[in-house]
Amino acid sequence: MRGLQTKDLWFAYHNGDAALRGVSISIQPGEFVAVIGQNGSGKTTLVKHFNGLLRPSSGQVLLDGEDTGDKSVGTLARSVGYVFQNPDHQIFSPSTREEIAFGPTNLRLSAEEIEHNTLDALRCFDLVPYADRQPALLGYGLRRKVSIAAVYAMHTPYLVLDEPTTGLDRKSTTELMQLLSRLNQQGRTIILITHDMRVVTEYVPRCIVVREGQVLVHDDTSSVFGQYDLLKTTSLEIPQVCELARRMVVHGMRDGVLTVPEFCDAYSQLKNLA
Amino acid sequence: MEYLGCRRRPAKDRRVSAIVRVQDLHYAYSTAHPEAPVDWVLRGVSFDVEEGEFLSIMGPTGVGKTTLCLALNGIVPQSTGGVIWGEVLVDGLNTKRHPVSELAQRVGLVFQEPETQLFNMTVEAEIAFGLESLGMDPAEMAERVDWALAVVGMRELRDRSPFHLSGGQKQRTAIASILAMTPRILVLDEPTASLDPLGKSEVFSVVRELRRQQGMTIIMAEFESEHIAEFSDRILVLNQGQVELQGKPAEVFSQVDRMRQIGLAVAQVSEVAHCLNRRYQTSYAFTQLEEAYRALAQDHPPGLGGLP
Repeated sequence: MRGLQTKDLWFAYHNGDAALRGVSISIQPGEFVAVIGQNGSGKTTLVKHFNGLLRPSSGQVLLDGEDTGDKSVGTLARSVGYVFQNPDHQIFSPSTREEIAFGPTNLRLSAEEIEHNTLDALRCFDLVPYADRQPALLGYGLRRKVSIAAVYAMHTPYLVLDEPTTGLDRKSTTELMQLLSRLNQQGRTIILITHDMRVVTEYVPRCIVVREGQVLVHDDTSSVFGQYDLLKTTSLEIPQVCELARRMVVHGMRDGVLTVPEFCDAYSQLKNLA
Repeated sequence: MEYLGCRRRPAKDRRVSAIVRVQDLHYAYSTAHPEAPVDWVLRGVSFDVEEGEFLSIMGPTGVGKTTLCLALNGIVPQSTGGVIWGEVLVDGLNTKRHPVSELAQRVGLVFQEPETQLFNMTVEAEIAFGLESLGMDPAEMAERVDWALAVVGMRELRDRSPFHLSGGQKQRTAIASILAMTPRILVLDEPTASLDPLGKSEVFSVVRELRRQQGMTIIMAEFESEHIAEFSDRILVLNQGQVELQGKPAEVFSQVDRMRQIGLAVAQVSEVAHCLNRRYQTSYAFTQLEEAYRALAQDHPPGLGGLP
């Protein structure tokens, strides 16, 4: 069975508090899914199990049908790329080019492949002008891009990103999300932690909602954002247009509107009916 | 001659009534190499802020928002060096001629990362710190600290260490420590950028209270367009070191395409207005949810013309 599964996954940090309480989910290969929930709900704890950075206190994590329990982080890194929340926890090389080449080199790819992947990543993230600059000294938005490009260059089938759009302006956020959508269309499985509900409704087709160490729902984004009362209990910010559409339902608007273009179409339908 | 002088007076008076006046401000940080060309961060920024006004500054990353905020209390250029051109007048003081310590009593500055500003053992000590350094009478100080704690809703947490607080509580502490100095002008540089949604809404409700109850002059750099629409009398859009757009939220947020080009999001309801105006030649200019709902629901009474 391909994909990522967790079976009754429990995890407690050293202080003994259970951060995950029996999570069983199944992420299909090729899925593009957002993990959403309040701070401290267990989102990062959950995704850190996907590449072995954390190990279950009990329960199982399966990658393409195989238990990850006896696999090293190094082995798992061939399949699951992980982008940290803080780019500075990742960046260390004297040049952007070397930073990006580090992952492919560690995977022991051929010199040709390393060269190819590095150049491809530099181009993909518009980092060519910064290839020989010291990444730690670049601005925040650029450091973010470098940290993602470095993981992208490993060409792993699974890509996990922890809040990649925090601190980015709208333009950089849009560029990044369009790139992730493209990677997903090329067949990569993408798992994204985010607080930005506008990003979720506009770009991410699936959602996992986490609250107090448990998965409340794992479903299509339109269906998740239709469950208004459930979202309220997680104190997630509901995008303005979803809220507007929800209030317009009693006036005849259809359910499940997520984005501005969808709203305008639904409003046109309503006008035509009237 | 006398008469002409009188005629010129109103213009001069108006100038005095602006509590903040920025005039043709150019600024460049000092470079490592003396021969390197001057790299201007601000390239001729001019604007006024009236007393009691709420001005939001929007702009993509790296456009000079932080530099502009720092210029409002003299940190730029007094602590940063570099090259400055043009004038900044706050509460009548020229920021080039008065030390930051003097300016700080009139202009309070809240940074993006609350931790850059917190260092005391308790929330209360943090808030009292600025007043102690002014040598204030203890009784008056206690009163001020209490007031500042109340404004940000942190009275119950006064004995806690500022480092064991949530992000939103840290930022509220930082705001209270500035408020205690009773500045006439409060400048906030992306105060919610590093906070989660809960923290963001905590900070925005403090800002809402300040606006409503204290009538303070507030200048806030922010990305959160939907909150900006709620608070601002006026929005200033900074791009490449210059003021590209300015006006009331409804005016600025109706420029959806222009804002997108700059790399900024307007409120989603403003995008809805823009989209519907194109389709139906309407002239909606929504900036807030309630207003959009009222206008759109009006034509479609509940239960009529809708789906079963």
